[in-house]
Amino acid sequence: MTSEFILGHLNYWLFIVLMMIGFYIVVARGNYIKKIVGLNVFQVSVFMFYISIGKVEGGTAPIFPLDMNIDPDVVYSNPLPHVLILTAIVVGIATTSLGLALIVRIREEFGTIEEDEILEIESKLQAKENSAEGPSMGGRA
Amino acid sequence: MLVVTAIAILMMRHLFAVVMLSSVFSLLCALLFVTLDAVDVAFTEAAVGAGISTVLLLGTMALTARNEKMPRNFSPVPLLVVLVTGGVLIYGTLDMPDFGSATSPAQSHLATQYLTQSPHDIGIPNVVTAILASYRGYDTLGETVVVFTACVGVLILIGGLARRRRKDEGGAN
Repeated sequence: MTSEFILGHLNYWLFIVLMMIGFYIVVARGNYIKKIVGLNVFQVSVFMFYISIGKVEGGTAPIFPLDMNIDPDVVYSNPLPHVLILTAIVVGIATTSLGLALIVRIREEFGTIEEDEILEIESKLQAKENSAEGPSMGGRA
Repeated sequence: MLVVTAIAILMMRHLFAVVMLSSVFSLLCALLFVTLDAVDVAFTEAAVGAGISTVLLLGTMALTARNEKMPRNFSPVPLLVVLVTGGVLIYGTLDMPDFGSATSPAQSHLATQYLTQSPHDIGIPNVVTAILASYRGYDTLGETVVVFTACVGVLILIGGLARRRRKDEGGAN
């Protein structure tokens, strides 16, 4: 492992660390709003990963001069990841808003947005149904 | 700096601070995108990530709760899963080309073609726009379909909220 190798791959490792922090927020925290924020962190680190793949050393943004006199010596970064990530950002905000709408509905139904409390309410409801209809449904209502 | 912000998001219990920090995180990302030559992506991230999603999160917070409750018990399983996944991903990057290398597979096939052809085919200066609207127009169409579906979903989910609230109040009186 030379220092050149480490410098060339440090960006990937940074994004993986960020991605894992987001992942940890999603799986380990019980609050639903925080889960959505964690999902956003995860998502944005994937975006940064893609964009960093498209970067060319000494390159510039892939926009030509207005008069379209393209200098062949100018290096442009790869425009394809930019396009894909533009699409992904917009799709990401769509899924985020859908998730937030679901949270609002959950809060309306259960009165809380903490996962532990919702699971508790659910198991209580199930126990109640079991005791009411248990015999007729084999105890698995 | 990004990592510090992300860890702060993890540690904060106050949801308002979490939302603001996620906005800061998006802005820092936008700055990073500018340095990585992706100016269009930076615009979109600053507008969408730091703007719209913060507003949406604040709106949801206003309708639900302000603080996160302490988790009752600490479980090592999530941490283990995350560490293993991270380790596997880092192992996967060992074969990746160096950052900024001009000869990497991502740079060599389609990208050069787009860069050389789009001035003749489309004739607009911004290559990203040319690809987005023309070469990959169907992707963009699919994206708008996704956004439309999400809009319909949101409207169905919270559309009746105000009406139901009024009914509840009427029932209580």
